[in-house]
Amino acid sequence: MTPTSDEPANPVQNQESALEAERFPNVTRSEMRAADGTPTFIVPADELLNVLQHLRDEARFTMLEDVTAVDWKKEPRFQLVYNLLSLERASVIRIKVTLPGENPTIASVTALFPGANWYEREVFDLFGITFTGHPDLRRIEMPDDWQGHPLRKDYPITGTRRPVMPANQFRPVGRSNS
Amino acid sequence: MGNELYRIEDFFTINATRPGDAQSIMSASPVGGVITTTIDNLANWGRKSSLWPALFGLACCAIEMMATGGARFDMARFGSEVFRASPRQADLMIVAGRVSAKMAPAVRQIYEQMPGPKWVIAMGACASCGGVFNNYAIVQGVDMIVPVDVYVAGCPPNPEALLEGIQILQKKIMAGVPNPPDPMNYAPEVVRDPNFGRTR
Repeated sequence: MTPTSDEPANPVQNQESALEAERFPNVTRSEMRAADGTPTFIVPADELLNVLQHLRDEARFTMLEDVTAVDWKKEPRFQLVYNLLSLERASVIRIKVTLPGENPTIASVTALFPGANWYEREVFDLFGITFTGHPDLRRIEMPDDWQGHPLRKDYPITGTRRPVMPANQFRPVGRSNS
Repeated sequence: MGNELYRIEDFFTINATRPGDAQSIMSASPVGGVITTTIDNLANWGRKSSLWPALFGLACCAIEMMATGGARFDMARFGSEVFRASPRQADLMIVAGRVSAKMAPAVRQIYEQMPGPKWVIAMGACASCGGVFNNYAIVQGVDMIVPVDVYVAGCPPNPEALLEGIQILQKKIMAGVPNPPDPMNYAPEVVRDPNFGRTR
């Protein structure tokens, strides 16, 4: 990419200006240091759509790479993570949204990034976070009649206990039935 | 195997020397030869000599299963090389790999679509008992959803192990050993939901 007069030679150094403090005063920079140096910002839940629209339309972060979540087990319990990529600027940015409560709700970003559809379904499936305004919010990985959300920290980590089976003389010797 | 339960020779032999032996197929007649056997023996011989597996694999065990069917290990030596793409034409189901809870209804449907008599081999640690995947997503042993005739150990089992499992199954068929009880008959709620009874 050829540097222009109003952009620095290395666009990576310009990432922090993507979210100006005067425009989004409630957006703070994350104190957690990313191993790859990705600039990370904490965004209030009600400003998420505005921030993402600003990043998409004006800062040219046109690609939503990933939506995932973290269960911190203590309040505020959940944290949503949005990774955005700008092909023009050759840079990445990470947006985090803290969500307190057992069954949190947040606005869907599928209107801004249609590719968020399945990502949000996955987060809904495995973490139980509801996305309002999602066109098709149902489980994507677990069976439709599944109960619970397996990636929550309070979900059982082991498999199911094997039910007691009738005596089978051809079962390998030494294996428990339960 | 020193302590094997059944030997093919006990039921089906061409080396019989006594003409009146009901279990022999070839008498000691000097002219031509007369085959005497029972219908059951003949049917079992046909069944065990052409075990056609259903063509499906679930994980890395399927790679070993493909190698078993290939030229180097040559499952055709034992009559099982014809992997059928339709379960309607298969009589052996080799569950090759871990079965996820979402896959379990599909595996059960394949089993039910196979015409009887039919047999199931649980290939590898995951199909036998969940293996290393002791977690919410994997069925902890495929015998929770289908009756398993032969368990093959290994992670994954090498082709020789699968061949031995097929040969053990052939001996069981020849001996007339019935299938184990179908879990749908005694634990239908477990078949429908392999996570039945877990405390969520």
